[in-house]
Amino acid sequence: MADKMALAKAINESLRRALDSDPKVLIMGEDVGKLGGVFRVTDGLQKDFGESRVIDTPLAESGIVGTAIGLALRGYRPVVEIQFDGFVFPAYDQIVTQLAKMHARSLGKVKLPVVVRIPYGGGIGAVEHHSESPESLFAHVAGLKIVSPSNASDAYWMMQQAIQSDDPVIFFEPKRRYWDKGEVNTEAIPGPLHKAQVVREGTDLTLAAYGPMVKLCQEVADAAAEEGRNLEVLDLRSVSPIDFDSIQASVEKTRRLVVVHEAPVFFGSGAEIAARITERCFYHLEAPVLRVGGYHAPYPPARLEEEYLPNLDRVLDAVDRSLAY
Amino acid sequence: MTVESTAARTPRRSAGSKAGTTGTKRTTRTTAKKDAGTEPQLVQLLTPEGKRVKNAEYDKYVAGVTPDELRGLYRDMVLTRRFDAEATSLQRQGELGLWASLLGQEAAQIGSGRALRDDDYVFPTYREHGVAWCRGVDPTNLLGMFRGVNNGGWDPNGNNFQLYTIVIGSQTLHATGYAMGIAKDGADSAVIAYFGDGASSQGDVAESFTFSAVYNAPVVFFCQNNQWAISEPTEKQSRVPIYQRAQGFGFPGVRVDGNDVLGCLAVTRWALERARAGEGPTLVEAFTYRMGAHTTSDDPSRYRGDEERQAWEAKDPILRLRRYLEASNHADEGFFAELEAESEALGKRVREAVRAMPDPDHFAIFENVYADGHALVDEERAQFAAYQASFADEGGN
Repeated sequence: MADKMALAKAINESLRRALDSDPKVLIMGEDVGKLGGVFRVTDGLQKDFGESRVIDTPLAESGIVGTAIGLALRGYRPVVEIQFDGFVFPAYDQIVTQLAKMHARSLGKVKLPVVVRIPYGGGIGAVEHHSESPESLFAHVAGLKIVSPSNASDAYWMMQQAIQSDDPVIFFEPKRRYWDKGEVNTEAIPGPLHKAQVVREGTDLTLAAYGPMVKLCQEVADAAAEEGRNLEVLDLRSVSPIDFDSIQASVEKTRRLVVVHEAPVFFGSGAEIAARITERCFYHLEAPVLRVGGYHAPYPPARLEEEYLPNLDRVLDAVDRSLAY
Repeated sequence: MTVESTAARTPRRSAGSKAGTTGTKRTTRTTAKKDAGTEPQLVQLLTPEGKRVKNAEYDKYVAGVTPDELRGLYRDMVLTRRFDAEATSLQRQGELGLWASLLGQEAAQIGSGRALRDDDYVFPTYREHGVAWCRGVDPTNLLGMFRGVNNGGWDPNGNNFQLYTIVIGSQTLHATGYAMGIAKDGADSAVIAYFGDGASSQGDVAESFTFSAVYNAPVVFFCQNNQWAISEPTEKQSRVPIYQRAQGFGFPGVRVDGNDVLGCLAVTRWALERARAGEGPTLVEAFTYRMGAHTTSDDPSRYRGDEERQAWEAKDPILRLRRYLEASNHADEGFFAELEAESEALGKRVREAVRAMPDPDHFAIFENVYADGHALVDEERAQFAAYQASFADEGGN
């Protein structure tokens, strides 16, 4: 059954399906119940599944993740919501020291199937702490898996797969794309969760992105096409693990790579991709791997975010620089 | 559990009703450390001299304890202390990298540990060797992490005893979540979360109090106030007696003599009974003393004097139960002699087990990082294997 729905609605439908099919699945977070979440991603779920399964929590992020760990130890599969990216840090300790490490600490005897949903990224004119992209801070931690869908169909299916995973998954939701509509076939057979997808084939240069920047890269490719340049766009979908094989295959074809993310460039996922692709594709590359992202500065006030975030012109500028080598 | 169902199944007592904190007079303001809260009250069933004192509220929780069970508690404490001493020696001999001694806290741990049912679940710190003993965890398994061969060498679900948690206070939230799960399952088992006076300052502990109170989770918070968080006395953690904090969260707190094994057994049984009856969380503060160093890396002579230790030695948990057993003719010389022999046998077994503990395989680094695998871990394992194999190629091995 294919329906056109917004990305936020796709996650909502996916959560509904998970609650319906597995009595151990729980939804936890601030305002996720009666309100349906500040972005309405959990809209209607408490009404249909009750307060015991869709749980409004105290306003304490470490408590949310810490109790989710305890519930997972009891056999539940909690899906917890952190209301905004910049509010995850009180829970960072529990995520890094406990959620990520308990499986290894127990020599494999304990599994923690916990999904941490984080609406992330900028472009919505918000106040401080509401527009950040902290994915690299989590990707650096072994034991966590990090994914970020770019479209409604992936949002639906990747959430299904994240909930089914026996590993903890940090699920970064591109909040500026929540209202973007796309086809969702709820009877499809999804591909592997951590596999990248070529969303536009090209020959001259590869643009690699995930989450909110995939749409931008498609727009860049459209613009470049008008200038006669044929760009390939790769939706990475997963930041840990990263599907380096797919990036390598693309770069061996195009010989040029630009990585785009909203997170700061410094120590960002683009740095890791640049290093590994340089190792893997040294003799194929015609230009150094370039990165476009945020600056090494606090996320700026909303009136400045257009200057801070990658946009069409900044990515095109990087494309030009790469092609000029 | 939903908020509605909580309200329906919970005959809530008023907060602090058991703690003796209501209706008592405020103390006169004298110093910063004593000015807040009410005069601390201490539950004690066995005095340092080994005299059984009556307690109207808690006697019933130990009324059925037989002489045989009393000897059992004594045996638990003696063997736990012997194991602990052996581990300290093994550290001094270089067989362990570190040891966190429980010396002085035997009664708090054995009393609370023996109050538990098999289906209850324990969330320990890294010092709960006596509780582990009560749960049936082989003591040699506790030593793997201190020897550096693993980070936790037992199956948590084998004895419902979670792995030791080193980050201070984290486990109180796991305990609360687990207890929330018990309530959802409609089970009548309970959870006990151990932590210390230092941990009581952690945000996670405060959040676990909040969550457990809001969801009425069947959890007992068992704080061993051993007076010292490494070098910092309890005055650096709290202006009020720790048990009185529970009142602000809406559940009872009680302070028990942590060197009185009967008192700890009684108070923990009461708290567990509350949890099973759907009355929610309880805070127990076991007032005790860390007789040894924080760990084998610590030097207490830099921050505390001998007089304090000597004063607490007079309140020794094992000595007082021995006095009681002897005075009441519940144990004879034969029992103590037999136990002495059993202690030495345990020490020998632990010593030999540690010395025989093999180093882990190099590839253990890459094991159990993920339950469902991860491409990068696979890649790095292969690189590591190739690197190791390169020595064999060169004839180096």
